[in-house]
Amino acid sequence: MSTVFIALQANEETRPIIDAIEIDNPQAVVNRQPAMVKIDAPGRLVVRRETIEEQLGRAYDLQELQINLITLSGNVDEDEDTLTLSWNE
Amino acid sequence: MDMKATKKKLGMKERYRVLTRDLGWEPGYQSKEAIFPYVRYEGIKVHDWDKWEDPFRLTMDAYWKYQAEKERKFYAIIDAHAQNNGHLNLTDARYLSALKIFLQAISPGEYAAHKGFARIGREFPGVGTQVACQMQAIDEIRHAQTQIHAMSNYNRYYDGFHAFADARDRIWYTSVARSFFDDAMSAGPFEFMIAIGFSFEYVLTNLLFVPFMSGAAYNGDMATVTFGFSAQSDEARHMTLGLECIKFMLEQDPDNLPIVQGWIDKWFWRGFRVLGLVSTMMDYMLPKRVMSWREAWEIYGVENGGALFRDLARYGIRPPKGWDDAEQAIDHMSHQFMLGLYQWSFGTAFHSWIPSDDDMAWLSAKYPDTFDRHYRPRWAHIKKLKAAGTPFKNYGLARLCQCCQLPCVFTEPGDPTLTCHRETVYKGEKYQFCSDGCKDIFEHEPEKYIQAWLPMPALFSELGGDVAAWMDWVNLRDGADNGDYDGSRDQKHFDEWRGLATSNL
Ligand SMILES: [Fe+2]
Ligand SMILES: [Fe+2]
Ligand SMILES: [Zn+2]
Repeated sequence: MSTVFIALQANEETRPIIDAIEIDNPQAVVNRQPAMVKIDAPGRLVVRRETIEEQLGRAYDLQELQINLITLSGNVDEDEDTLTLSWNE
Repeated sequence: MDMKATKKKLGMKERYRVLTRDLGWEPGYQSKEAIFPYVRYEGIKVHDWDKWEDPFRLTMDAYWKYQAEKERKFYAIIDAHAQNNGHLNLTDARYLSALKIFLQAISPGEYAAHKGFARIGREFPGVGTQVACQMQAIDEIRHAQTQIHAMSNYNRYYDGFHAFADARDRIWYTSVARSFFDDAMSAGPFEFMIAIGFSFEYVLTNLLFVPFMSGAAYNGDMATVTFGFSAQSDEARHMTLGLECIKFMLEQDPDNLPIVQGWIDKWFWRGFRVLGLVSTMMDYMLPKRVMSWREAWEIYGVENGGALFRDLARYGIRPPKGWDDAEQAIDHMSHQFMLGLYQWSFGTAFHSWIPSDDDMAWLSAKYPDTFDRHYRPRWAHIKKLKAAGTPFKNYGLARLCQCCQLPCVFTEPGDPTLTCHRETVYKGEKYQFCSDGCKDIFEHEPEKYIQAWLPMPALFSELGGDVAAWMDWVNLRDGADNGDYDGSRDQKHFDEWRGLATSNL
């Protein structure tokens, strides 16, 4: 199965976001590199607003991800609650 | 009775519709065909432009808000870097060669991408497409500006940064990136999207910005990490736009498939050749390295590119024609190109050097099948010549590929001991190529590529072969900007200033 991934800058804002992604995607692998964190998952990865809000302790707009996003891979689908990355095979 | 109007917040999909589709209108005085003539030139058939949707559903109001936030973060770090002598935190000033190549070859490409998106935003009829192109046009000019701004701080202290615009237009290795963008900008709007959205964004920027910027962090260059990641946060959106464009064309009409496949073949190879520069920056120019070019290719080329082509197989798309030749080249290209840069270093506005023993040990560990066998002996020979006081300089000029404009330094797929060289005759004139990929591209559009301006032939046709006059013309200061790092002003200054910063003597 193809890998999808999302990479974020390593900073204070993204720490709870990365925690949330790990909670929602138990199959994901988190790679920490200088100044960045790359999260790989087989086939599909979901970023959920609610989980981020729980980790962050405040309301969160998923589009805020744009600020710390480095790169991603897969077909993107986004609405107010989730951002999904997936490959069709 | 009191009516309390509750302000209802629009959902993301609703907001996207209101702030994109609802901004469009049906023309009354002119036909659509007259307003958008270029969209039909390339043979792509589109039946419903409304099917084009930005999956991020980013609207202009949100766009400005987040871009402003990115700029604030960027300038906070750039200011701190300049105020605190950030340049002395570098691992070593050799690292600056990679930055000089970036500024001379890549940042002007950002500006070219800006111009291209401003143009195709006008040429595409769909409103969703127009808005996405408008955002990307603004992003790309931001990238050019923030990169030039971030690197201007290095220009205060080091050689080779001062004339990047002249270098971009006139020097030989920069013409590789320049010809890539000129080729894209002189194509129609759909091909431009494949050239930039697919090849540059999807294939190149991941390899250029992600491991390389992480490498910049590793080498103490906060300025570059900051512009790199700030730019790359937009690139995620750009890659997605490129991928959407490919899917859109393939879904609109089955007749589009062979045209799209042809562009994927062409632009994969064009992009791969630009990566020749990047591979060398990664394997040779970072004093501390996060990963080798081979390792980066495994992640972003083989794994990620492979995933994309498996996904697109449902439309009948196959991996690009040059894919296997590319794989053959991965373990060789950075070494072959660095050897080229070193022997022609009189003509580069950056320094190169003989890799240290430690560097060579790292290279042989990362390239166990190729480095010791093919490249270590050459470096050992070059090192011996230098120790004897007769450093190896090649004052002969390189034969350039008529398509990618790289010097023909690469070897045959399957035989790393034989230089790869192709030629073709068109209208009585002979043209040279570095590879089958480049020759195929030429033969498909010969009238385009015979017009290419190549820096080496131009040295003769425009300056009579006078190298000193050429250096003046490209604004290259002999003895300062060029040559071996060992003994350079950059080396001397960096060592002195770092000494001042860390001692009282
Ligand atoms: Fe860019
Ligand atoms: Fe871009
Ligand atoms: Zn070529």
